[in-house]
Amino acid sequence: MAVTGDPVRQATEAVARDSYGKLIAFLVARTGDMAGAEDALSDAFAAALADWPVSGIPDNPRGWLATVARRKQLDQFRRRRTRRDASDHLALLAQELTAVRPETSLVADERLALMFVCAHPAIDAGIRAPLMLRTVLGLDTPAIASAFLVAPATMGQRLVRAQSRIKVAGIPFRVPEAAELRGRLEDVLDAIYAAFAAGWSDPAGTEVRRRDLAAEAIWLGRLIVSLLPNEPEAAGVLALMLYAEARRATRRGTHGEYVSLADQDPSAWDHAMIGQAETLLRRAGAMGATGRFQLEAAIQSAHVVRRQTGRSDWVAIERLYAALESMTDSPVVTINRAVAIAETLGADAGLAVLDLVAGDKRVADYQPYWAARAGVLARAGDFAAADDAYRRAIGLEADPAVRQFLMRRQAEAASRASD
Amino acid sequence: MQYLLMIYGDEKAMASVTEAQGGQMLAAYSAYAEAMGKAGVLQGGNRLRPTAASTTVRVANGKTTVLDGPYVETKEQMGGYFLIDVDNLDAALSWAERCPGASTGVVEVRPIWAM
Repeated sequence: MAVTGDPVRQATEAVARDSYGKLIAFLVARTGDMAGAEDALSDAFAAALADWPVSGIPDNPRGWLATVARRKQLDQFRRRRTRRDASDHLALLAQELTAVRPETSLVADERLALMFVCAHPAIDAGIRAPLMLRTVLGLDTPAIASAFLVAPATMGQRLVRAQSRIKVAGIPFRVPEAAELRGRLEDVLDAIYAAFAAGWSDPAGTEVRRRDLAAEAIWLGRLIVSLLPNEPEAAGVLALMLYAEARRATRRGTHGEYVSLADQDPSAWDHAMIGQAETLLRRAGAMGATGRFQLEAAIQSAHVVRRQTGRSDWVAIERLYAALESMTDSPVVTINRAVAIAETLGADAGLAVLDLVAGDKRVADYQPYWAARAGVLARAGDFAAADDAYRRAIGLEADPAVRQFLMRRQAEAASRASD
Repeated sequence: MQYLLMIYGDEKAMASVTEAQGGQMLAAYSAYAEAMGKAGVLQGGNRLRPTAASTTVRVANGKTTVLDGPYVETKEQMGGYFLIDVDNLDAALSWAERCPGASTGVVEVRPIWAM
């Protein structure tokens, strides 16, 4: 590759950032071949880095890249079809290529169809988020792998398998029709939220790649809200991510210690971001169809009212968890409802709700259950039992900062128990 | 694209259905096949006899072994198939979910390797 000047590299990087997904969508839409589209586009970027320093940056860089990538696709097609007479098809492709005016054909944003391909029910749920990050945003495999705590080679294999599956199984490149849109959209939103969660799970923010992933997921959320402005759950998931992101900086103290939500300083939250989340949530609410993400966002909203009132709106939180509980069969939701009830009706009532899930096999090794139980027990004044439950939670925690937090609480409970 | 819809079910359970149930199932299948035919997607299909009628052949080192029975013993067996030609996987899946066998067992949807 030719030695490139910085402005050229910056220009190509800017185009890559803004339009990678659009270009991939444009290329996949015509062949259904995702891996081939990626190859063609990376060839086109390489060609740009070689050509632009000499010929100058074109007026329409994206159109330039689209045209070059289209030619590369045509080459791929020729190579693959050598053994068969495909002259008709080739002629057609060539015709289309000369007639194509990328600047106009790219007006239709096909990234939405691309997201539905990545989150198709025939694609393994675990690879949907990585696939979306790769194809819509152009994130490289090592970055995705580190965010999902998988070896790069393994992630690479999974991505290749998923891409080849799209082509071989015949997964269509299209936005589902109205009747199935909502059901399929859930999968897309789940994948976006999974990407966010992968980024969010590095609370210390020490791993830049994972922190960036949360930002990328929010970007995807904004994209889907702009493409489907009348879907309440799309607005809901974006609101949920923004509420969480707004509190990112306050999740850890100055020395990296864990700070629970109740102990976070509301004045340090990102108020502009919370404002955006509130607006989105209101808009979603006006659309009339409640869903899981809106409920979870509404719970966040009931927590951040602490900015004005000094206290989370526990009555609302309890009601929202009850609504979520009727929607999902998750002991996690019940645990959270129990914590809310301990606030509204007292520790004994909270404990009674926790007992409902005590027999569930899934909570035996679930740290939040034991931490919640310990907290409620301590409130009820049963410090010996709280001490036991804290020990159990400590044994189940992987994050050293959270472990230290729990150990402080456990020491408190133990000392009150021996009083 | 062409897809093979492979219909799996518990053939033991199938053997013990009443005559009325059997008649109902047959009617459901024939309506289903007719609908696929009218939609212009059906290219073929058949019901298979139970695996007890199956014979498995393998040639290794020039020696032919013939075994009485299916290749793999499974809880659910392939009892029939349809070959369809549709635009894409979504269309194939929507036909698969309408198959009467999808509510009693499972339907595996597999693309045909075009030669």
